[in-house]
Amino acid sequence: MSNVVVPTTLDEALALLAADPQLSPLAGGTDFMVEVNHGARRPVRVLALRAVAELRGWRRDGDVLVIGAGCTYVSMADPAFAVAAPALAQAARTIGSPQIRNVGTIGGNLATASPAGDTLPVLMALGARVEVASTEGTRTLAVDELITGVKRTVLHPAELITSVRIPVARGPQEFCKIGTRNAMVISAAGIAVVLDREAHTVGCGLGSVTAAPVRATDAETFAAEAIDWSTLRAGAGTTERFGTLAADAATPIDDHRSTAAYRRHAIGVMARRALERCLS
Amino acid sequence: MRASTDPHGKGVTMDVTAIVNGVERTADVEPRVLLVHWLRDELGLTGTNVGCDTSSCGACTVLIDGRSAKACNLFAVQVDGSDITTIEGLAIDGELHPMQQAFHECHALQCGYCTPGMVMAAVSLIDEYPDLGDRGVRVGLEGNLCRCTGYQNIVHAVLQAAGEQERHP
Ligand SMILES: Cc1cc2nc3c(=O)[nH]c(=O)nc-3n(C[C@H](O)[C@H](O)[C@H](O)COP(=O)(O)OP(=O)(O)OC[C@H]3O[C@@H](n4cnc5c(N)ncnc54)[C@H](O)[C@@H]3O)c2cc1C
Ligand code: FES
Ligand code: FES
Repeated sequence: MSNVVVPTTLDEALALLAADPQLSPLAGGTDFMVEVNHGARRPVRVLALRAVAELRGWRRDGDVLVIGAGCTYVSMADPAFAVAAPALAQAARTIGSPQIRNVGTIGGNLATASPAGDTLPVLMALGARVEVASTEGTRTLAVDELITGVKRTVLHPAELITSVRIPVARGPQEFCKIGTRNAMVISAAGIAVVLDREAHTVGCGLGSVTAAPVRATDAETFAAEAIDWSTLRAGAGTTERFGTLAADAATPIDDHRSTAAYRRHAIGVMARRALERCLS
Repeated sequence: MRASTDPHGKGVTMDVTAIVNGVERTADVEPRVLLVHWLRDELGLTGTNVGCDTSSCGACTVLIDGRSAKACNLFAVQVDGSDITTIEGLAIDGELHPMQQAFHECHALQCGYCTPGMVMAAVSLIDEYPDLGDRGVRVGLEGNLCRCTGYQNIVHAVLQAAGEQERHP
């Protein structure tokens, strides 16, 4: 590798990318550098994004939360963030270890497009919009438009993810994941459940059980109808049925982290529990 | 930061300036050099260990602007302008940092390989969360693996350094 460029503004970063197709973006490096250290990635030139001010942090814009692509997981530990985006804050707290959360970013999680990316089920459940920019302009994509398969995105080489927009919470939210140990674990299965008390809708995103991010739409519709929105209660058997429908939306595989059968089972159990916790 | 061609013809090098353990260091570094290798091989700060190639073990933990990070996960050129603390920067005039003293007193190490990273992670942890309790310390050190101690004495040491009594949930 012959060079690393360290721009400080987004315009500068986009101009550098447009001019050099062999320039690879690097944020926290927690996916990128593991591949480099394994010899699985040999970058020709690197665009280090840590110093680009526009990509950092998050802000509240009315009833929308605008999260910079370079926002680190540790920044999502802010209590004000947890109030506005409880499930995303929960997911962020489970990612890696403090050292990983101090540098790892949401933009890196999206661009890596691993089925096990823990922010993805939450962003799906929330109907997040991802803003992508190049010198040609910007476009906005849903997470399942951005990510089309295992480690596959529609990003062009000259594009950067700049921000993610999610609605500020209007009801209870839960994120759950399961893996082989408690600490620093890549999810074998994960789920996010988001209730909107004003729109009377339920969002349910699944993690690690599909190649590309999906919502469990049958489970969502069922729960939205079964919930009494004025009291946030639901009749007997609602959460069990929700769990079954969520598990039906999973298309998991057997791999080194788990089996398809266990993953589907875990989704059913976690979906039920997550909805139970959301209801009063 | 400035890029230039290496006088020995090895390729491009870049100027990196960082405060390392309170001292400003400027060096010509090849862009491919990891922070941990720069610290160990160029600056001679061999207290920072390398224990894995998957960013999992935490042996290479240093503080970047006061926060723990894995030095195997960053190129040295990325820390241009930052303030870096390694294990060598904790003791002042030969007097151990309270965290080092607590590790010593609580026998929180056996082979010692994980210790520098463990101590750096613990310093960052109690700086951020002064009131952790036993479980908080265990969760907070999840990024650091120790194959010898069973962690028990490490938890004692961190709580002692934080001035906390052991609490059981
Ligand atoms: C020990 C360890 C534990 C981990 N645990 C978890 C976990 O529990 N859950 C989880 O989901 N992940 C986990 N990860 C994976 C990783 O930390 C996350 O995916 C993280 O969000 C990656 O972000 P980053 O900033 O480090 O990305 P980088 O590694 O810097 O980049 C990743 C990819 O994204 C691209 N990229 C980065 N930013 C942009 C941008 N703005 N626009 C376009 N492309 C971009 C890069 O080119 C690269 O291809 C773990 C990793 C390690 C090493
Ligand atoms: S050497 Fe293992 S985490 Fe850095
Ligand atoms: S003391 Fe040997 S690895 Fe921790």
